[in-house]
Amino acid sequence: MGTSRRGFVGGASALALLSGSTAAFAQKKYSDGATDTEIKVGHTGPYSGPASSYGAIGKCIEAYWKSVNAAGGINGRKVNFITLDDGYNPAKIVELVRQLVEQDKVLCTFNTLGTPTNTAIHKYMNQKKVPMLYVATGASKWGKPKEFPWTMGYQPDYHTEGAIYAKHILANVKDPKIAVLMQNDDYGKDYFGGFKEGLGKDADKIVKNVTFEVTDPTVDSQIIQLKDSGANVFFNISTPKAAAQAIRKAADLNWKPAQYLNNVSASVGSVMKPAGLDNSQGIITAQYLKDPTDKQWENTDDFKAWVAWMDKWMPGANKADANYIYGFSVATLMHETLKKCGNELTRENVMKQAANFQKFKLPLLLPGITINTSPTDYYPIQSVQLARFKGESWDLFGDVMSAEGS
Amino acid sequence: MPAFPKKLLWVLLALAFLVPLLHPLFPDVVSDYRLFLVSTMIIAAIAVLGLNLLTGFNGQISLGHGAFYAVGAYTAAVLMDHLNMPYWATLPCAAVVCFIVGYLFGLPALRLEGHYLALATFALALAVPQILKYKWLEGLTGGVQGIVLSKPEVPFGLPLSEDQWLYYYCLIVMVVLYWAAANMLDSRSGRAMMAIRDQYMAADTMGIDTALYKTVTFGISAAYTGIAGALSASAIAFVAPDSFNIFLSIKFLIGLVVGGVGSLAGSVVGGIFYVLVDNSAQALSMFVKNDLGLQFDLSAYTVFGILLIVLMYLMPMGIVGGVYLAVRRLRALRG
Repeated sequence: MGTSRRGFVGGASALALLSGSTAAFAQKKYSDGATDTEIKVGHTGPYSGPASSYGAIGKCIEAYWKSVNAAGGINGRKVNFITLDDGYNPAKIVELVRQLVEQDKVLCTFNTLGTPTNTAIHKYMNQKKVPMLYVATGASKWGKPKEFPWTMGYQPDYHTEGAIYAKHILANVKDPKIAVLMQNDDYGKDYFGGFKEGLGKDADKIVKNVTFEVTDPTVDSQIIQLKDSGANVFFNISTPKAAAQAIRKAADLNWKPAQYLNNVSASVGSVMKPAGLDNSQGIITAQYLKDPTDKQWENTDDFKAWVAWMDKWMPGANKADANYIYGFSVATLMHETLKKCGNELTRENVMKQAANFQKFKLPLLLPGITINTSPTDYYPIQSVQLARFKGESWDLFGDVMSAEGS
Repeated sequence: MPAFPKKLLWVLLALAFLVPLLHPLFPDVVSDYRLFLVSTMIIAAIAVLGLNLLTGFNGQISLGHGAFYAVGAYTAAVLMDHLNMPYWATLPCAAVVCFIVGYLFGLPALRLEGHYLALATFALALAVPQILKYKWLEGLTGGVQGIVLSKPEVPFGLPLSEDQWLYYYCLIVMVVLYWAAANMLDSRSGRAMMAIRDQYMAADTMGIDTALYKTVTFGISAAYTGIAGALSASAIAFVAPDSFNIFLSIKFLIGLVVGGVGSLAGSVVGGIFYVLVDNSAQALSMFVKNDLGLQFDLSAYTVFGILLIVLMYLMPMGIVGGVYLAVRRLRALRG
């Protein structure tokens, strides 16, 4: 049987069609979780349980993706944001993240919250080669591209911040005798480790180091011990409640050291005001985000845009809660990362783009602080600026300092 | 409550062993994730079984079995981490440690009855996560950071995935423990345990050493729950104090009451129930909000609560008790 002419033409055109479609296929590349119309992003956060105040971050991020989808999505694709409640429970998050990766087949997870929880899924995500981006914890272990190429942090790590205070003390306080109050957990230890490293050979300047449990009702006895050590510098590594108590107690005891307060508690609304504004004057901290209760930002463009966004997408939410600033900024970074991926929405490319930010200006970061990453640098924000509490707000001073420089 | 029909038990068991083999036929239905979920159900079932021995068959209330679960998990984790012990060898160790802890706790508990015992065990559950973080134990327990472990490896080169092996491992442990519990309850000691529950004074008068039976039951119950904890350490491959909050103990109690107090099969049903409902409550609340378009912001716990209330109204004797009742009524209708 000879080949009919029509058959030949048909075959040739089919071939052309096929090759045409493979060409189109080459432009668009997808892993699990991405299609022509949708990008699936997974998230877990503590909507219930002991850390549920951080649930605000997840709600803010959810609202953010809604606003992105309402504006047409990312490169024409809607973001399908699946957020689940892990209750800050490491056993629970393992189950949930397996559901996200294996059942829901998300492209990546984003901003999973908590050090113990993220530790529980760290190995799994890297075995499965699923991007675990911008995790919400300041431990220093999230930026290790060699061992864990699929995990990246977001905020400046505690270790770096601790080192920056140490440098400032050595440069500015004459004959320092340092007292340290430290929350007894991995977060406190990370800060203290960085602080000691920053002091280097002057580590013996620490004359007293006392710890407290996050569940302790007060830190009064610890502050009395610190005062009695005769120290003239006080480094306060504590979460908001204890931080406010410590500042107030130090003032009550008439102990007036140079005070350094970790960024975790640098909130005007939840620490400085309860501690007493008079007692808080002159305290030094390091910042990277704009404090929503700090009046000096009210007229900056990005802050105004954030307020307008909050009014529209999170009506009724408490705008003094810094978690909304955090959530908005980190979601913007994720948005930018996915945008940069273009039509190549593979897990490899998501990591490649996440590790390829140069001096990217993210809204709500302090002026002068930018996002910088590379295949060997998995710490997006590594700069902070010191600020001194004056009147009712933080007064930024000095240059933006980064870990590489110090 | 009558014993579970034996024939049905064998059929269920055979099914449970066959299910993972269906993976090549239905890769999406019998996925590794689902098997992992079933493994966590089995682990929960073992923990509830332990609590049932104490509460259902001996009449002592415990609001603190999460503590024994934690002790079991940490015993396993510390042995694997510090002594490189193989994962299967940690189970008997966890059982022994938890038996001793449970027995010792049972001694003072002898003086506490009913509600007072419930409060004492509640305190235990609150204390254990704090103790695990304690400075002097930190070298052992890893403090708040916990201990990262490896998942059980498939032995003898069997052609199974990690999750399939974990499933079989948990299933075998549960079958052995279930069998042991059923035999124990069927013996002289079991009848003594139940006699103490039903008529304490009569049991005492008849010459049953009530103090001994109560403390030993406490120990055995703790050992069962501890084994479940040790299994969970292997399954999750991570232990941290935050995994063992007070709600864990409450969940065991929910599983116990929902499944059926004083029924071995009920423990298994209860364990399955709470993992299932805990997972689907959130999906359900999202479904109501997103897909049905209702403007309620039902939290997952609200859904969980509503389900529990409905269930308790419909089946006040637990799921297994309710099913028995339904079967009996059906038979009466026919006859």
